Amino acid sequence: MRSVSKNKKKPALDFKKTESKKLSLATKLILYRKMFLSRKAEEKIQEEYKNDEMKTPMHMSMGEEAIAAGVCTALGQRAQIFSTYRTHAVYLSSTEDIKGFFAELYGKDSGSGGGKGGSMHLADPDKGVMFSSAVVGTNIPSALGAAFANRHFKNKKIAVAFFGDGAVDEGVFWESINMASLWKLPVLFVYEDNGFAIHTPASLRHSYKNIAQVVKSFGYQVVEYSGADVEEIFQLVRSSLKRLDNGPIFLALKYYRYLEHVGTEEDFSAGYRDKNEFLKWHRKDPVKMQRDKLVKLGLVSRILKLEQEILDKINKAVSQAKTDTLPNPKRLYFGVYENEKEK
Amino acid sequence: MKRKNKRKISYQQAINEALHQEMERDARVFIYGLDVADHKSIFGSTAGLAKRFGGSRCFSTPLSEDALMGFGIGAALNGLRPVNVHIRVEFLLLAMNQLVNIASSLRYGSNGKISVPLVVRAVIGRGWGQGYQHSKSLQSLFAHIPGLKVIMPTTPYDAKGLIISAIRDNNPVICLENRWLYWIEDHVPKNLYTVPIGKGRVLKRGADITVVATSWMNVEAYDAATVLAKKGVNIEIIDPRTIYPLDEQLIVKSVNKTGHCIVADYDWLNCGFSAEVASRVSEKCFGKLKSPVTRIGFAPTPCPTTRPLENLFYPNATDIIRAVETKLGLNRADLSKEKFHTWENKFKGPF
Repeated sequence: MRSVSKNKKKPALDFKKTESKKLSLATKLILYRKMFLSRKAEEKIQEEYKNDEMKTPMHMSMGEEAIAAGVCTALGQRAQIFSTYRTHAVYLSSTEDIKGFFAELYGKDSGSGGGKGGSMHLADPDKGVMFSSAVVGTNIPSALGAAFANRHFKNKKIAVAFFGDGAVDEGVFWESINMASLWKLPVLFVYEDNGFAIHTPASLRHSYKNIAQVVKSFGYQVVEYSGADVEEIFQLVRSSLKRLDNGPIFLALKYYRYLEHVGTEEDFSAGYRDKNEFLKWHRKDPVKMQRDKLVKLGLVSRILKLEQEILDKINKAVSQAKTDTLPNPKRLYFGVYENEKEK
Repeated sequence: MKRKNKRKISYQQAINEALHQEMERDARVFIYGLDVADHKSIFGSTAGLAKRFGGSRCFSTPLSEDALMGFGIGAALNGLRPVNVHIRVEFLLLAMNQLVNIASSLRYGSNGKISVPLVVRAVIGRGWGQGYQHSKSLQSLFAHIPGLKVIMPTTPYDAKGLIISAIRDNNPVICLENRWLYWIEDHVPKNLYTVPIGKGRVLKRGADITVVATSWMNVEAYDAATVLAKKGVNIEIIDPRTIYPLDEQLIVKSVNKTGHCIVADYDWLNCGFSAEVASRVSEKCFGKLKSPVTRIGFAPTPCPTTRPLENLFYPNATDIIRAVETKLGLNRADLSKEKFHTWENKFKGPF
């Protein structure tokens, strides 16, 4: 198949020269709201997880909130996200479905997946999260097929693959990178680089220094960013989207994973990483940084109102999830096959 | 198998016609995979599709089976109806993760919110001297996974009707097509028709012994039936056509009638489809069985290349005849003058 894109070639990307449209206060607040929601929802999980009522392995997003909020806000309702098992921030930033989120973690009927998916498979296709996969890298090629279909239907949806620096060790990543570029598929690759795959650093896994350079040689439009400023990430994504007609875009974003690979605690005592590195990133914590910006803009009362609303929603969602019904035994058999005739 | 429509076409032409007609009917259907659009066109089964429907609906791809299956899943989720083709089932193994971890489970994991209407065609079975990586069948492997459907058409009529059903099905369906069946000819209607997934058929009626046969083993069973008829033994041949979901009723009804069951499966026996059938027959026909279920299948080895060993690896009509004789306590017939099916002259390679 040859590329079917007939659009005139736009000039090569140069994001440094991209004039950032000034962000509205509303957008700044939305970005903060999504990050605050992700952070506080996970703090609530930390509080509650020890009660062993949420029986699902937690891969926490803490530290990653700016990427999730920046990408999801820039995409809005056009997003079709193919995510990973570390997906709390992506799910919440995309859907803001707090009730469905907690009910799913508690394994309840009212969960976004009726309790069938849990933390690792959070999804709500109608709200932009197509599925989340817990076998590293395996979600990536589906974003290509989705983009192929979107081009066919001309529906203005945007397929996005989220993945980390462990996923790029998998063969399927390289197959996908090649195919997406070959077929000029409008896919946004969001590479979230926290430097570790489980507990093994990139230096023990990657023969190359900079993946962005390698991916560039496949003909990619590449954007590199290291930092936790959600407004900058939002702007990068927004200006990238205009170039998707030219083919796939690879966003290489560095962040720091605050907590252990799986579980809700810190693990600096394990010795495989240096707490000073964490402290360096934590001084530029994305949630705090955005809050400070909004305070400087004199938005204190709006922040406080927004924060209180989110906290109330989280508390309400958790108490609701605790009392919601567990699935009826008959639900075990529901949903394996679709029996209806063609839609 | 007599039909009003007298037109005869081959299995390969029947598949090709099904694809043409479904792609004509539904613009969401597309077909892709390694070399589907080249001059050899997957043994002719994809011939003419690229020319008729263009390079965005029938295209050859990089050799990236893993990502290509994921690509199909994503396209299916978004409303297209992909048909992914593998010229050998062994190549499909490279995509097992996508099939087993993702395609099979997305509907369940989303609590029924999304479906994956994906068809995977794979060519199976014997050529000559194909060796241990171009010769398998593996229906039992795929049918083991909840969320997948597995069809295995034997006749050209069923190949066309089942492939059309598979394309219209909203679940992932794996279609296993035997290389040797590609030359079989049959009456096939020109019009669009479907053969329901999950319904088997009685290929030959008989009262003495039930033979449940899959894919090419139906041809061997038919040959065996002809020889056995001369001795006054009438076997009933059941072609399940679908491995999962299995038409258990049809098998049970037949075995309750005959009291004997042989499963002639085109696959390995251990933990396989033949074991599944034997188990269900034991459960459902226990009181009616006059003999234990007999199973026939591949030798429990990888497939050897050299001819005499390859002949021993694949089961055949003689194996079925001997099993019947043993079951009924008959003397072993002299088969030295019998002519069984061979594609010796048809199949000269190289592939």
